[in-house]
Amino acid sequence: MAGTRSPSPRSLSDGSFRPVMVGGCVAAFVMVLSPLVAIVWISFFENKIISFPPTGYTLDWYRAAAAMPQFRDGFVTSLKLGVVATLVSLIAGVPAALVLARGRFPGREAIQSLLLAPLIVPGIVAGAALYMFLIEVELASGVQVAMTFWGLALAHSLIALPWTVRLVTASLVGLDPQLKEAALTMGARPLTAFRLVTWPLIRPGVVAGALFAFIASFVDLEKSLFLVGPGVTTLPIVIVNYLEWSIDPTIAAVATVQIAVISAGLVLTDRYFKLARAF
Amino acid sequence: MSNILIRDLIKRHGALVTVDRVSLEIGQGEFIAFLGPSGCGKTTTLRMIAGLTPASAGSIHFGTREVTHLPPYLRDAGLVFQGYALFPHMSVAENVAFGLQMRKVDREEARRRVDEVLSLVKLAHLAGRLPKELSGGQQQRVALARAIVYKPEVLLLDEPLSALDAQLRTEVRTELKRLQSALGLTTIFVTHDQDEALSVADRIVVMSAGRVEQVGTPREIYQRPATRFVAEFIGRTNLFPGGLDGPGRFRSESGERFAFGNADAPSNASALAIRPEHVSLQRGAPAPGGACTLEATVEDVIYRGALTEVVVRTASGARLAAHLHNADSGRDDLRPGDPVVASWPADAPMLF
Repeated sequence: MAGTRSPSPRSLSDGSFRPVMVGGCVAAFVMVLSPLVAIVWISFFENKIISFPPTGYTLDWYRAAAAMPQFRDGFVTSLKLGVVATLVSLIAGVPAALVLARGRFPGREAIQSLLLAPLIVPGIVAGAALYMFLIEVELASGVQVAMTFWGLALAHSLIALPWTVRLVTASLVGLDPQLKEAALTMGARPLTAFRLVTWPLIRPGVVAGALFAFIASFVDLEKSLFLVGPGVTTLPIVIVNYLEWSIDPTIAAVATVQIAVISAGLVLTDRYFKLARAF
Repeated sequence: MSNILIRDLIKRHGALVTVDRVSLEIGQGEFIAFLGPSGCGKTTTLRMIAGLTPASAGSIHFGTREVTHLPPYLRDAGLVFQGYALFPHMSVAENVAFGLQMRKVDREEARRRVDEVLSLVKLAHLAGRLPKELSGGQQQRVALARAIVYKPEVLLLDEPLSALDAQLRTEVRTELKRLQSALGLTTIFVTHDQDEALSVADRIVVMSAGRVEQVGTPREIYQRPATRFVAEFIGRTNLFPGGLDGPGRFRSESGERFAFGNADAPSNASALAIRPEHVSLQRGAPAPGGACTLEATVEDVIYRGALTEVVVRTASGARLAAHLHNADSGRDDLRPGDPVVASWPADAPMLF
């Protein structure tokens, strides 16, 4: 390549920029990871008043958290909500993505925007709007929906839906529409063609969409704030409530469990589907 | 295998007619090429035969069975796509077995037929590979194997060679022709490449703007084009717009006079065409009594290996190309500016 070097400005891949890039990456990782590491670390501290360095290490805080009904119930509620929201987002999102990917038709852009809108509207605004809507429904029908599990489930389905749509759509982008046509000409009925050809090829995207939808629901705070009620409170809200009155490593233990659930989800997702492809 | 009958097939997209009253009868085991420029409706016609695009009007029969309104999976056609459309998550053998699986052929029998067809296309050793681990030519052969393994009533090929490089293309088309005649497959081959169509097809259907311009053997299409479009689309042609100037005489718009001997020339002919290989060039004065001649000046001499293309220009400015075989005589003696006489056999001009 001697003599063919172009006179263009030095690119980012040029060796001289390497230290800057590495430094930037390290700084970003430290910023993102240090609070997480700190929380996990603190959850094992012996002292009740969080101080540094710790006098010793213990698992007591995990036991204490597990013994507190509000954390247990919050965890279970969040898990159940996550599962319901994921199922709803799959049932609505997968067919929607299949239709959206098929091509141009009137209203396509509008439908796509609508399905992705929950990502854009600030959670607190959507939560408040949903709360008012549910109250109106209650007034009209006499059935309580706000501050019930199913009211929350509706909100969480909205949180989950854009993720399923987005990730399944991404997995369909690289899918050659002629594959289905090939299957049809070889004698496969449409459902068989879907089962044997389309489905195996989009499955990683669907799995990733489902896991991401679950995580989005599991960590949500804002949309749920107005909608929780006695007996139906999500884990993030229980954590916030507890923090109002006391700060001790119990909360770090709860947060660590939450982090573990989410990390497991993310790692699992990435194994099926490179997340970078969806954005 | 059966004959295919297409009658008055029409495809409309709103007001736009992309396939306009195509009618065609294809004999059992016949190799037909749909040839035309892109957008002429040849692929749409093929897709209507496969059942992937619904016909707006007309009918399609496979043998005595009308398939016009049947979905693709009930038609029993084999289709090779331009991009092959191999299933990326299935091995070569699984891809090929797909059509048999859909026909509920039992496992042992299916395996035997997959092996058989894979050795036919010389891919038996790659049966376990995934499509992405194959070269373009190998993928092409898997696509073909997959379409013929269940012995479809008709084999449809949509520009199957266009993704291959030039040398492979010639090889594969020879192989394709060999397989097709060995298996007696009724075949429709869509292409925009006239060399491909001329070299493989029993009959060629030349299409333009949704209509069939001519149906004929490669020889008929080339030697006796039915329309001006066919004459210009197939091979090189010297075309002169103009009109008849008495029996056996044609006068071009630029004023050249041509004599011709074809008895079947239409009386309202508006153009005369001569293939470059029918034109010969002599130095000096016109041959005595040779009516089929033009005096001209050499404008350009292009050496093209097997032949030399000489472009001459008449006094009125019309250009005429001549293809001179380099085996016949050394034609490197012609230079731009040389005066020559162009002549042709009386039956060479074609009139439209």
